[in-house]
Amino acid sequence: MLKLALGPIPYFWPRNEVLRFYEEMAQAPVEIIYLGETVCAKRRQLALEDWLMLGEGLAAAGKQVVLSTLTLIEAESELGALRRLCADAPFMVEANDMAAIQLLQGRDFVAGTGINVYNHLALSRLARLGLRRWVLPVELDHAALADLQRLRPAGIETEVLAWGRLPLAHAARCFTARAHGLPKDDCRFRCRDYPDGLLLKTREGQPFLNLNGIQTQSALSQCLIGELPALEALDVEVLRLIPQAQGMSEVIGLFDRVRRGDLDAAEARRRLAQLAPIGLCNGFYRGGPGMAMTVGALT
Amino acid sequence: MELVCPAGNLPSLKAAVDAGADAVYLGFRDDTNARHFAGLNFSHEQLREGVGYAHARGRQVLLAINTFARPDGWARWQQAVDRAVALGVDALIIADMGVLEYAAQRYPEQRLHLSVQASATSVEALRFYHEQFGIRRAVLPRVLSLRQIEALVEKSPVEIEVFGFGSLCVMVEGRCYLSSYVTGESPNTCGACSPARFVDWQEQADGLHTRLNGILIDRFLPEEQAGYPTLCKGRFDVCGRVGYAIESPTSLNTLDLLPRLLGAGVAAVKLEGRQRSPAYVARVSRVWREAIDACRRDPAGYRPRPEWMAALDEVAEGARTTPGAYHRSWQ
Repeated sequence: MLKLALGPIPYFWPRNEVLRFYEEMAQAPVEIIYLGETVCAKRRQLALEDWLMLGEGLAAAGKQVVLSTLTLIEAESELGALRRLCADAPFMVEANDMAAIQLLQGRDFVAGTGINVYNHLALSRLARLGLRRWVLPVELDHAALADLQRLRPAGIETEVLAWGRLPLAHAARCFTARAHGLPKDDCRFRCRDYPDGLLLKTREGQPFLNLNGIQTQSALSQCLIGELPALEALDVEVLRLIPQAQGMSEVIGLFDRVRRGDLDAAEARRRLAQLAPIGLCNGFYRGGPGMAMTVGALT
Repeated sequence: MELVCPAGNLPSLKAAVDAGADAVYLGFRDDTNARHFAGLNFSHEQLREGVGYAHARGRQVLLAINTFARPDGWARWQQAVDRAVALGVDALIIADMGVLEYAAQRYPEQRLHLSVQASATSVEALRFYHEQFGIRRAVLPRVLSLRQIEALVEKSPVEIEVFGFGSLCVMVEGRCYLSSYVTGESPNTCGACSPARFVDWQEQADGLHTRLNGILIDRFLPEEQAGYPTLCKGRFDVCGRVGYAIESPTSLNTLDLLPRLLGAGVAAVKLEGRQRSPAYVARVSRVWREAIDACRRDPAGYRPRPEWMAALDEVAEGARTTPGAYHRSWQ
């Protein structure tokens, strides 16, 4: 059966909200939980020690805990924090930047969505360095995944982002601060006001992107609930679900019931559409524009 | 400090060399490089002629194979490496770990540069590519401040090349999937951002609409100058306010930072614009050649000349320039 993994929280939630969220998630039917700040180093409501403490609790609840690293490393202080995380982690680490892979080589690690593995040679090279699991890059489709699964080295798990707003880009600039006329160095943590990010619409009112500090996400939530049979047929082991501020337990419950065969995928998709902040897309996996949504069997 | 200039075709290559480029960078006429535009780039024969022209004048040719190979297209990337080495290019500029692996193993003597598309922004990332593949130079993404670049050059195991001028990528290169989110094609997979075949210009009652695969990127009044709908440089609505939420149409220009880049030990400055005309290449290359020479002669007394800045502003995207992430206030 497909395993469910809860991705790291992409947003800046208050400390108590984070703790409450993981209390709830400890009871949710996910096998793997990724913890840590992956977007902005200025968000420090939880220190590494706090994440480790959270991780111990979740591990005691039977979850496999993975610590995720920052995606864009710029300052020396960020590199120092990364070195500390990679050196001290009692859990497996998910690398979201090549700097983390440099620090983790020789140990088991996960290559996250920020690592560009587009072919079998890259996959094999990382496998020789300690890769245990990799996440399919967001813009790769079913056909590329099929090739990569056929050619992947033994002992590697494959994870696919099955739910949530897509991490599409990272920048030096903070777009949430910019929307409020503030520079990043004086951001006043405005991203704390947007637990699901700040919606960017076109000039004709179409929801388009979602600003989350230095990260740009899709406005639509990627939903591969209809693709579970295709993913299983390709021996994908793990589905990643990205946290959102509301309704995450319901989202997980729907994926859980569909993977167990207890609920029809079409019915689940109808309910997931209600739980998405804006709407659904699955275009990347279908081999088209990521924002597209196609229903029906994969050809 | 080397001056590395863009060459989208043979006339541009010659223009760059004649204007004083120490090296030109270019790509084959397919999706193995990140400027895969119609009518651009080099056939095998043109590359042979270009290498001959540059080498006869003591200049270098750097060949970009800097997109990411999917398994089904792998042979094309492998052949690009083979052909480039056979033609005697001075370095390959590569982003993909798989392509790096092939080039490093098959041609251990070949000089390899790490493309900006590999997205290496820290000394640990540079060490990774240096130790795993023996890269000798890395091009830095346009996300670091000047102070961060200075600190990085000091510790880097390889030469550092930075962007000096040209169209500005706001997002960290190699990890931006905005273009494929809208069109299905991205710099990583197809070698183009916001590809022209998805662009639509529509005259409407309320102005000129520019769309990318149906998404309204911007709308221009008659008195406004309409720009190409690069999707991160459009005007959008955030919190009910319409504006350039990500970045305005503008070009990067670091001409006034040259003494610090030189002092930091930056090995090379790269000018963007393989998709631009030979006239653009000649103009920006000449300005930068004069500037680098002036800065080398007298770093303390160096000031960008007004005529240099004017010449660059004229060809800049949106006719405006910015120091970008090099200045923290931009971030």
